[in-house]
Amino acid sequence: MAQMTMIQAITDALRTELRNDPDVLVFGEDVGVNGGVFRATEGLQKEFGEDRVFDTPLAESGIGGLAIGLGLQGFRPVMEIQFFGFVFEVMDSISGQMARMRYRSGGRYHSPVTIRSPFGGGVHTPELHADSLEGLMVQQPGLKVVIPSTPYDAKGLLISAIRDNDPVIFLEHMKLYRSFRQEVPEEEYTIPLGKADVKREGTDLTIVTYGAMVQESLKAAEELAKEGHSVEVIDLRTVAPIDIEAIVASVEKTGRAIVVQEAQRQAGVGANIVAEINDRAILNLEAPVLRVTAPDTVFAFSQAEAVWLPNYKDIIDTANKVLSF
Amino acid sequence: MASKTNKALFEAEKQLEKTEEQFSMLQILNEDGEVVNEAAMPQLSDEQLQELMRRMVYTRILDQRSISLNRQGRLGFYAPTAGQEASQLASQFALEKEDFILPGYRDVPQMIWHGLPLYQAFLFSRGHFKGNQIPEGVNVISPQIIIGAQIVQAAGVALGMKKRKQKSVAITYTGDGGASQGDFYEGMNFAGAFKAPAIFVVQNNRFAISTPVEKQSAAKTIAQKAVAAGIPGIQVDGMDPLAVYVAVREARERAINGEGPTLVETLTYRYGPHTMAGDDPTRYRTTDLDNEWERKDPLVRFRKFLDKKGIWNEEMENEVIENAKEDIKEAIKKADDTPKQTVTDLISNMYEELPNNLKEQYDIYKEKESK
Repeated sequence: MAQMTMIQAITDALRTELRNDPDVLVFGEDVGVNGGVFRATEGLQKEFGEDRVFDTPLAESGIGGLAIGLGLQGFRPVMEIQFFGFVFEVMDSISGQMARMRYRSGGRYHSPVTIRSPFGGGVHTPELHADSLEGLMVQQPGLKVVIPSTPYDAKGLLISAIRDNDPVIFLEHMKLYRSFRQEVPEEEYTIPLGKADVKREGTDLTIVTYGAMVQESLKAAEELAKEGHSVEVIDLRTVAPIDIEAIVASVEKTGRAIVVQEAQRQAGVGANIVAEINDRAILNLEAPVLRVTAPDTVFAFSQAEAVWLPNYKDIIDTANKVLSF
Repeated sequence: MASKTNKALFEAEKQLEKTEEQFSMLQILNEDGEVVNEAAMPQLSDEQLQELMRRMVYTRILDQRSISLNRQGRLGFYAPTAGQEASQLASQFALEKEDFILPGYRDVPQMIWHGLPLYQAFLFSRGHFKGNQIPEGVNVISPQIIIGAQIVQAAGVALGMKKRKQKSVAITYTGDGGASQGDFYEGMNFAGAFKAPAIFVVQNNRFAISTPVEKQSAAKTIAQKAVAAGIPGIQVDGMDPLAVYVAVREARERAINGEGPTLVETLTYRYGPHTMAGDDPTRYRTTDLDNEWERKDPLVRFRKFLDKKGIWNEEMENEVIENAKEDIKEAIKKADDTPKQTVTDLISNMYEELPNNLKEQYDIYKEKESK
């Protein structure tokens, strides 16, 4: 075991898979000699060579096409989009192409691509760096979308993502890159995609959340415990497909739920989760399922992040509404 | 004064002229089937020349029958190919089996001659997944509908070949309109930066649906767009099978020798509409223009050329036509006999391992289908 930040755990996962599988290729803008703008690929080109870890021209669509083509030649591409706000440039390669590859070819071809990309607010980035756009991706059949919130989860999920033979979008929250350390096994391990994790057990209220909102939800749960409320926090870890079984099991136990996301109310995956709970556990509900989200504006100018981004206080407010409904 | 100074520094017109001069059209056979460029003649045996003619005639018949079958409702989406036989088939004729084709939606003939069974091409037209289940060992992917997507993907396939140290190339096709897309530039530029073995063919048939090529770009040739990627570009007479063959063959040689990609622009024409989905070319093309290009018909000039060599005659041509009609009849029958698609088929093709939502939906549709 070693104490690792999330970014170190990610590098460790990449190193593990570059070692395990000669077909794994890591590429993107400045991921080579520079080691990535966040150091996620630090040292990898030196260890594995320019043939395995390499820089590309500055063109996201080209990077997506490159990944698809390399996939057709039997490689296992791990491509990076420098910031997920730039995904619009490569929407066709992802949603229009690689997500459909297996289906459109009737299984003849597939796209074993992992797309790594940072996102998330709270670190005062310039425009279109921090936007939460996972909601766009979860609407595309053929993709899986993974969002880890801890170093331990990041390593195990990234190894699983790379080994998956269908395209996986792996979104890394910038605020979580170095915000805390955690014990992470040095040997390889995997965490199944599509499985949520109960980060805190409770009996009065279920919080379903992901990304940076996991830490905020845990903080809120801590505060709510002081008021005598026992709150269960479910970290989705994978937002497509959703672990409905875990959510329903928790709601059946607690009878109350809220969904917490950093994305705007009209975006993200919150509405989807509310609908699933309504479909499957309405008879267990003591109160409606409410959502904590950002407001439906464009992502905040950096100085306005603090008033715009949802935080543990918003979670406590909404939890109280549901608890006292 | 200011403008004089600028002119001395920057001779804009001369610069454009000089660039255009470098992309003059390569032609080997003129409209009368005469060799006008002996030096560029490809090394092809009589048998190879006959085979190329067979394929061109066969494909012209395939186009005629496809249009007719489409009108009868026995085919679906169809993009006519008549006129582009030299551009499509002579370029494919320059390939080897190990080369990988990334076609556009009009490029079904290249796939067929690369090994796709005809009945599957018909299933593609109708909208059946079995049409896209390319046989193992046939290095093609189904026709790309998103114009330009095949170009960036070709750069990736070519880089993969380079990494595997294979002596093969990725070839991809788009039209004159497609050269305006961002992915067209990105794909060429990536292949250039990685020195990847790719061939980018732009089949310039002068129209993107109703939009003439002059409205796509102020560039006088599409071949010169290669300059932006720092790769060689060549413009060829796309109605001349020998010129197309030699240009693609040479691009292939360069590519497998590690010298990087090439852009090939073929000047060609489609005699029919853009697609069979209600496009009416008389709205945007003149009879004069159609007549001018019909005189350039690749079949006519190649027939004359082979005839003069004494290696082609009417009997041979009729045999090809009869064979084609027979094959098409059988292929349509085989397409008719293909089992209908079910939702569970479609679900099963989504992922290697189905996620929970699809497992649930699979069961629901399985139940429906069993009734």
